Amino acid sequence: MDQITFYPQGDKAITIHFGQELHKDLHQKIIAFTEFIEANPFPGLLEVIPSFTSATISYEPTKIEMVTPKKTPYDVVLSILKSRLTNLPVSISHPSKTVTIPVCYGGDFGPDLQDVADYHHLTQQQIINIHANQEYLVYMIGFAPGFPYLGGMSKEIATPRKATPRLKIPVGSVGIGGEQTGVYPIESPGGWQLIGRTPIRLFRQDAKQPSLLRAGDFVRFQPITPQQFEALRIEKQ
Amino acid sequence: MTIKVLEQGLSTTVQDLGRIGFQQYGVVVGGVMDEVAAKIANLLIGNNEDDAVVEMTLIGPTLLFQQDTLISLCGADLSASIGSKPVPLWKPIFVKAGSVLRFGRPLQGCRTYLAVAGGIDVPLVMESRSTYVRGGLGGYHGRTLQKGDVLNYKPSDLAKFLCTRIWSGPFKQVNWTVSSLIKPVYKKDPEIRFIKGPQFDLFIERSKREFLSEKYKVTPNSDRMGYRLSAKALKLTKDVELLSEAVTMGTIQVPNDGQPIILMADRQTIGGYPKIGYVASIDFSVLSQVMPGENLTFKEISIQDAQRLLLEREHMISKVKIGISLAFRRMKHGSY
Repeated sequence: MDQITFYPQGDKAITIHFGQELHKDLHQKIIAFTEFIEANPFPGLLEVIPSFTSATISYEPTKIEMVTPKKTPYDVVLSILKSRLTNLPVSISHPSKTVTIPVCYGGDFGPDLQDVADYHHLTQQQIINIHANQEYLVYMIGFAPGFPYLGGMSKEIATPRKATPRLKIPVGSVGIGGEQTGVYPIESPGGWQLIGRTPIRLFRQDAKQPSLLRAGDFVRFQPITPQQFEALRIEKQ
Repeated sequence: MTIKVLEQGLSTTVQDLGRIGFQQYGVVVGGVMDEVAAKIANLLIGNNEDDAVVEMTLIGPTLLFQQDTLISLCGADLSASIGSKPVPLWKPIFVKAGSVLRFGRPLQGCRTYLAVAGGIDVPLVMESRSTYVRGGLGGYHGRTLQKGDVLNYKPSDLAKFLCTRIWSGPFKQVNWTVSSLIKPVYKKDPEIRFIKGPQFDLFIERSKREFLSEKYKVTPNSDRMGYRLSAKALKLTKDVELLSEAVTMGTIQVPNDGQPIILMADRQTIGGYPKIGYVASIDFSVLSQVMPGENLTFKEISIQDAQRLLLEREHMISKVKIGISLAFRRMKHGSY
């Protein structure tokens, strides 16, 4: 069993470390805990932010209900969190959601696919097969609005980042950066090898859940043709 | 109810208390840098403390008020004036339609907040009116205000009532202000209190001592996202590989070059650098008014003391709120 530790993340947040090693089971526990807190909020709770091996709970110290004036808001929140952890169901039946992301690989959509193939002495099709044949776990969303940190890419297609990052990467670009893969939800600079693009929007500021993906979801990439790309793009508008 | 931007200033944005609840989707919190100044500015004119305000940095904009309005300015002294007369800070001000508010030299601090009775009216994006310029999100079309923009604000019954009183000249100030106890003291080269971070003890003894004694220069590439500091490089006892996790306002992270960065309002949601400490929230006001070129020194504070001071200040703000509403009641009966 991994050791759970706590520390203040400044005077308005607490981080709970669920363990040191990054693995799926540990992450499932973090997601279950996150959802448990969200479903049973306490007065003064602002947000819960899950990440690789931890969850950070931000709170408003001035809104924390204190039983005795001797305790600080930190003490109060800490004891609430500890009791929630004890009451967390032992077997976690987190209903995982699998999101299929259609990707048009290669060509103008993935200008670096040939470079990635050359790097591994494989064909473009082999790279696509390996990339699209995995189920990826969303460990967290961060870096940019809606940007997913995915776990589970095959080491067979791990490719170093480009020596010179691009200044503009189009929305929806699917890339490989070292042992990571992911999708750029907004136009941004970046150094990943671009192997394809999705017509699906991963971030919508006007949606109730602005990010298509949440930590704890699973992702599958579905190869599509340029015609399907255009059709899906038109449909979404 | 509109304000026309005649000159844009250096970095003028609409902000409220931030976009809370969307960090798990990678959306930055943002919001005003100096929360105390923004809250008081709102309270002074009968707004809610979380109404949207205009944040201006170093070089203020030039603004034309197109209706009779009740405003307040709190925060840094950027030499505000209407006509040829200086406009005082920390007070409600009646402004006549057609008056132009200008700013001059920054005398103390670098960020000032303009609150307008009724609150700045820009669309809510993810429950907030804050501008996140890097992401083109929220505020006035996701960007800083530009010359020619027309900023809307909501009607306010209080302002409407009080502005019907005739006065001469382009503006009039009331004869009261908030208690000096609540106004942050913006000192040059301030001492900033911090809570030790989880990696504090991973730094070598000399670096730990230096962090508590050295002066840290705030470099010119400091902004709403973070303050980049410069002094002797801080060294770790050994290389650490940390997994990224959520970061908070005031986090003092130390990248590989040993030069600390304090994360501010527009920080990204996650970070993976070692954290030597966290600025205590009670000092965010003072910190947010520090200009590039100034020096900071750090002093340790316990989380208990940091939170106690925060609760005391919040208590004080609620007292100010009561005081202001009493003052408004007197004004409604004719006493300014």
